Amino acid sequence: MQLTEIRVAGFGGQGVILSAILLGKAASIYQGAYATMTQNFGPEARGGACSAQLVLSDSPILYPYITQPDILVVMSQEAYVRFGPELKDGGIMIVEQDLVRVSDLDIHKEIQIYSIPATRIAEELGKRMVLNSVMVGFFTAVTRLLDADAVRKAVADSVPPSFLKLNLQAFEKGFEYGVSALTTAPNTSDAELQLQYSPE
Amino acid sequence: MKADRCTADPRGVLTGTHFIDGDHACCEGALAAGARFAAGYPITPSTEVVERFAARVPKVGGTFIQMEDELAASITLQGAVWGGAKAFTVTSGPGFSLMMEHIGYAVMTETPCVFVDVQRGGPSTGLPTLPAQADMMQARWGSHGDYEIIALCPNSPQECFDLTITAFNLAEEFRVPVMFMMDEVVGHMTEKVVIPPADEIEITPRRHTRKSVEDYLPYGTNGDGVPEMAHAGEGYNFHVTGLTHDERGYPNMTPPVQDKLVRRLQSKIRNAADRICLFEEEQLEGADVVVVSYGITSRVAQRAIESAREMGLRVGKLRLITAWPFPEKKIRNLAAKVKAFVVPELNLGQMVHEVQRAADGQARTFAVSHAGGGVHKPEDILKVIVEASKCRIV
Repeated sequence: MQLTEIRVAGFGGQGVILSAILLGKAASIYQGAYATMTQNFGPEARGGACSAQLVLSDSPILYPYITQPDILVVMSQEAYVRFGPELKDGGIMIVEQDLVRVSDLDIHKEIQIYSIPATRIAEELGKRMVLNSVMVGFFTAVTRLLDADAVRKAVADSVPPSFLKLNLQAFEKGFEYGVSALTTAPNTSDAELQLQYSPE
Repeated sequence: MKADRCTADPRGVLTGTHFIDGDHACCEGALAAGARFAAGYPITPSTEVVERFAARVPKVGGTFIQMEDELAASITLQGAVWGGAKAFTVTSGPGFSLMMEHIGYAVMTETPCVFVDVQRGGPSTGLPTLPAQADMMQARWGSHGDYEIIALCPNSPQECFDLTITAFNLAEEFRVPVMFMMDEVVGHMTEKVVIPPADEIEITPRRHTRKSVEDYLPYGTNGDGVPEMAHAGEGYNFHVTGLTHDERGYPNMTPPVQDKLVRRLQSKIRNAADRICLFEEEQLEGADVVVVSYGITSRVAQRAIESAREMGLRVGKLRLITAWPFPEKKIRNLAAKVKAFVVPELNLGQMVHEVQRAADGQARTFAVSHAGGGVHKPEDILKVIVEASKCRIV
């Protein structure tokens, strides 16, 4: 894979960092690529703004930070407003649709937006905490950047054994949602189109 | 004379492929190296090292103590060393400042140990969560008196593992405190870390004496300037003091004893500098400009070096893995052949002065300074490389 810059952003407690770890682990341990993950967070353990930067490549990664992300995953409105504008032209934006109201907020680039009610899906599975596994499954399907089995393995060896089954279920739910999103909405850069997916 | 070699105790080695950050990798390196004691006063951005150590070490038969402050931490670990353990402490700038007195004590008493400093922006409380490389001179000169220490600078989580083992090994070989100079980026950066099987990890054991109780002199040496230690509790007499002492370890505050002791503390490191100095070099042959860097900055600089080469410039790379002792000979030899050195670092000019001193007027030296809080933009380093390549040889 060529050098790909990814930012995952949301609130502390949503599993933002773990999501990036799962993707980085899949790439670097199970897919033979290179991955570098760095993180930014405030002093709060939960609820504060939180973001992870992940660089993936087939060759060793030198510069540890992203310069302009190819893929942006946003799980809060604050993250959308703050990081939306930095997304590369032609990039992919993945949003938690119940938590982010997509508007055409100074993003005039040609981007592809994919949204998923990851929190709701996680709650339906019985535990809100697995929303990051839902997100990672969705990411894997819509970006087609990583081998799904590599990500499954990364999920399997990163979560506590007692939550393994639930996390793998969450991954599959997200993955399936992503596969169907690809077939039903190939290009959804139009903000108006996004609004119809919003809950209210 | 090199110390005997042995391999790691498998109980402390988490063999496998991991995706962990530099702090955690440093902890695993310490465990693999045989560290079974740490005392610390946790501080951002180094906390994760001892957080992991506190969770891991009881399972392999060791102890972590969270002390009341950094002074206590830095002297408690030395008690553990004299009791027979391999020990270390972990801190960042503000704590490193408080530890300076006891770093001097470790030098004077020749206590083998490791001080990990995950550098953040300073002075004072500075930038707790953001990187800097501004403790490099403090690592070298922070305690009073004349002395030499060893300092290593990893640039990836993998090196945080590998070089932590090297740090412990050097500490034992030379009976000196080794400064492990990480930075916030390397500490908090997560990458793949491969931990080999225990029998592939070389460990330098403590220089325990084989002499009889009667013949043993705690600070006598066998010619390489490094004394042997006694097993505590086996009947050997020993005396440990920060006062100037004779070969018996007893205070003797006379100029001749001071001269002999302090010169030996210095020469045991200086005489072995060629062996201690680790660096990574690339395209030095025929280079006009050599970029000298270390830690996270070496990775940022690599991008600038590659851009400069694409422009047709002849740029070499010298990455310092060992910062102290400084590889003077290497720089002096290069200085005779190149036009200039470019030294990017996350401070307002520290190691660049060493490069300039070692170059001794044979080549120009350009600093690329940064006050900390982030890393350089590769283009800022590139700009200076371009400027340096245009300069005339002095």
